[in-house]
Amino acid sequence: MPKDHGVGASSKRREDIRFLTGRGRYTDDVNQFGQTYAVFARSDVAHANIRSIDTSAAEAMPGVVAIFTGEDFKDVGGNPAGWLINSRNGEPMREPKRPVLAHGKVRHVGDAYAAVIAETYAQARDAVEAIVVDFEELPALVDMAASLADTTVRVHDELPDNQCFDWGWIEDNRTKVDEAIRNAPHVTTLHLVNNRLVPNAMEPRASIGEYDPGTGDYKLTTTSQNPHLTRLLVAAFVMGIPEHKLTVIAPDVGGGFGSKIYHYGEEALVLAAARKLGRPVKWTAERNESFLTDAHGRDHVTKIELACEKDGTFIAFRTETMANVGAYLSNFSTATPTFLHGTLMAGNYKVPNVYVNVKAVFTNTAPVDAYRGAGRPEATYSLERVIDKAARELGIDPVAIRRMNFIQPDQFPYTTPVGLQYDVGNYDATMDKLLEISDAAGFEARRAEAASRGMLRGLGINSYIEACGIAPSHLVGQLGARVGLFDAATVRVNATGNISVMTGAHSHGQGHETAFAQVVAGMLGIPEASVDIVHGDTSKIPFGMGSYGSRSLAVCGSAIVKATDKIIAKAKKIAAHMLEASDGDIELKDGRFSVAGTDKGLDWGAVCLSAYVPHNYPLTELEPGLEETAFYDPANFTYPSGAYACEVEVDPDTGKVKICSFAAADDFGNIVNPMIVDGQVHGGIGQGIGQALLEAAAYDDMGQLVSGSFMDYAMPRADDLPFYQVDHSCQTPCTHNPLGVKGCGEAGAIGSPPAVVNAVIDALQRGGMAHVTHIDMPLSPARVWAAMQG
Amino acid sequence: MYSFDFLRPTTLAEAAEALARDEALALGGGQTLIPTLKQRLASPSVLVSLGAIAEMKGICRNDAGQICIGGGTTHATVAAELAESYPAMAALAGQIGDPAVRNRGTIGGSLANNDPAACYPAGVLGSKSLIVTNTREIAVDDFFQGMFTTDLESGEIITEVRVAVPDRANYQKFVQPASRFAMVGVFVAQYSDGVRVAVTGASQDGVFRWTEAEAALSAHFDASALDGLSVAADDLIADLHGSAEYRAHLIKVMTARAVKAA
Repeated sequence: MPKDHGVGASSKRREDIRFLTGRGRYTDDVNQFGQTYAVFARSDVAHANIRSIDTSAAEAMPGVVAIFTGEDFKDVGGNPAGWLINSRNGEPMREPKRPVLAHGKVRHVGDAYAAVIAETYAQARDAVEAIVVDFEELPALVDMAASLADTTVRVHDELPDNQCFDWGWIEDNRTKVDEAIRNAPHVTTLHLVNNRLVPNAMEPRASIGEYDPGTGDYKLTTTSQNPHLTRLLVAAFVMGIPEHKLTVIAPDVGGGFGSKIYHYGEEALVLAAARKLGRPVKWTAERNESFLTDAHGRDHVTKIELACEKDGTFIAFRTETMANVGAYLSNFSTATPTFLHGTLMAGNYKVPNVYVNVKAVFTNTAPVDAYRGAGRPEATYSLERVIDKAARELGIDPVAIRRMNFIQPDQFPYTTPVGLQYDVGNYDATMDKLLEISDAAGFEARRAEAASRGMLRGLGINSYIEACGIAPSHLVGQLGARVGLFDAATVRVNATGNISVMTGAHSHGQGHETAFAQVVAGMLGIPEASVDIVHGDTSKIPFGMGSYGSRSLAVCGSAIVKATDKIIAKAKKIAAHMLEASDGDIELKDGRFSVAGTDKGLDWGAVCLSAYVPHNYPLTELEPGLEETAFYDPANFTYPSGAYACEVEVDPDTGKVKICSFAAADDFGNIVNPMIVDGQVHGGIGQGIGQALLEAAAYDDMGQLVSGSFMDYAMPRADDLPFYQVDHSCQTPCTHNPLGVKGCGEAGAIGSPPAVVNAVIDALQRGGMAHVTHIDMPLSPARVWAAMQG
Repeated sequence: MYSFDFLRPTTLAEAAEALARDEALALGGGQTLIPTLKQRLASPSVLVSLGAIAEMKGICRNDAGQICIGGGTTHATVAAELAESYPAMAALAGQIGDPAVRNRGTIGGSLANNDPAACYPAGVLGSKSLIVTNTREIAVDDFFQGMFTTDLESGEIITEVRVAVPDRANYQKFVQPASRFAMVGVFVAQYSDGVRVAVTGASQDGVFRWTEAEAALSAHFDASALDGLSVAADDLIADLHGSAEYRAHLIKVMTARAVKAA
């Protein structure tokens, strides 16, 4: 029987009432008295020196109240990189300044070099067109190999080449891995591209800056996944605003997928403009600005080698990757291809030798940063594609080769050669479950039926593991993070017994308001409706680090559990006082405090009321009030894992791929709300299928984003996707957080691309096209057809 | 969007007069023009909506048995009302865009725009059609003159499209994955005196008739008649979504499918 309350129940998402009835309140829905509008002048060329910017005509336009250029921000700080990576030679990465507005040079199409503030949006837009900029155009660097090879063209003049870093993980293992591969009986090599993606959140970025000259207080309302981090970056690093004088509010946010983790220059601009004008300043991106300036995802070019015995036993993985960081370092762009990628390159497997080399490259393209999965999809795709290729070369079943190399349940905790310690897992269990729910045994019959219709049917299967619950400050600190990655919660019990939970997590579609309430209500035994979740406002919530990296429940939820534990302890003291018993004898069950072994008891509400009506409290022993804050920093990452299967049919006449079925067996540890978890997996798989079949951010040689609108950037639509078979009944609870949860937000996007590509290759191989061993994503009809032609 | 004047005449005469103004643009269903205006890629001084002209709307049969489709008739109306009288054309209209597009976009607007990837040019050129304007009648084979170019004079309005119903016909559309316009769309129609094959989406010159296939299919209306034929890739579109060679290949595949399904 499904539970109907508390942890384990598929409680309906309470936030959907406002989202589905148009009552969500997003940044662009907010309008302030006296508000002005900002529109940015953006470069239409990929690379140029700015000879001059003439704003005189624009200043004379109707309604214009201010114009800013890079000159106005040359003395404030740059938008910093949050993660320090050291190169193999020990040198720190190169971190060129990322200014609020381009100064001296523009470095990608969409790079903002000026901003107009006007009374209306239309006036601001008209005035932007009257700005006259004189560019000295420079050759555009788009291709990573060309950027590394070019010594004359520099994205940043002060950098002698276009390399950010050349990272080895783990460098001490390099020689040993090289030797293992040299001596191996079989080596499979695969060259692949992990295609660049545009995040395309439904809600474009938007920001409103406000300044109160009477108090010196600033307010930034913005589309952010982590308001405290944004506050820290914009206040302390860029603008020099005292942190306590800036409130950052991220109201309802319509999707982020990583792109709204970061601080962007537009946020600093609206604050600076608000200070100068003493009026609110609003900016909302148009969709083409989103395409050109939201931090993109992926964009790796990789060579991976798998060395193994003839029987398929893995000996070594070696990866050489070029990772595009674009024109500037976004806040976590250096962590994504390194510690969120290289550390996962042992996969689910017992493999003694792993080495990863990543060169990060500056190009004249939009910055690239974490996008749903962030490094882990790149790792999983490389591993699970090369394993499939090796299985085919060796004539071993693709499931069998994985099983024979799986880390076994009794081997946990398992330390990999790339620096992680997996705490728990059972990879055969999810594979067994996958084969069951996908009806793998019936594949041959389905293939034969498809063949009778002239269609090529294929089956792709893979495993995945990810490190998420992005935290342990002590671990990320060792790995170069310049921030802590704990989280925090305050549980405030009101006099009438209902509760506000202030969390450092930020919900931008994940359903926190429902799931977190289930956790607290379940612990206390009170109705879920009595618990509200407050998030996204630095003036209300404790200092938290926001939502990304599948961390909300595992890290922020654990902080909520800790704070609720403190509430229970305090409430028991109050109940003990009221019942004239000792604290240790008080039990809390189903919302009622009782004295063990007696029929004496008090309801939750009576104890809460007493906390705020403390007429007879022994005040030296018992404080009034019932409010607690906890910070939580875990001992380790969490390690969700699973197995995915995809069946496709390829039309041999056109190369068009149809996804016939997709099954996912995930181990997320304990589950708070199964319906929300299903939805997270569905969404992740949808994005993974989008990457595998449809999506490509393509720049031409001039650095123009060719797929700069939905006319050319193919987003998955409902009829591109199948109904999913999703299962998360295989549960090995996380060993180190109080809920035993692992996180489910990114798994779908991590595990699904290789399943799709493996399935297409399988279909073509079974169709007699032995020459097709790999096709780069997205597997568009044209690419598949071209591959079939040989 | 830049600012402009907006007129909504109720008669063709008023519309023609309004369109004679400097930098006037006609607005049909707006499914191309409105996004273009929003992106500030067009700056008319006056926008003349044809949406209130009743005489341009609706579908009827004339004495010759031809189907007469008013230039202001929406795709949704064509899809619904031709379902029995000309199912291939109805199916074509029913595949354009999405319901919102089909309920606003008009046949006259689509033909006047002549987007190289639009569906209607294939259906209309693939049929024996006559384009009727407020000033004259234009044989369909003279109408399309290359990508986004037609025989229409400035300010001329398509009032009606007259289509002879073939013995059998079919439209096969292979969609571009992002826009879902036709990457290749082939309309095949068999009349008593011959077969017409019109191809959209593929050529840099816009919609065209594949005359070799027409000859072969006129002799023998069977997909096998296409064996040995091929389309030259020279003038075909090559872009992010497919090479010219791929489009050439798709033309043959889609033509064969249309013949089979007709």
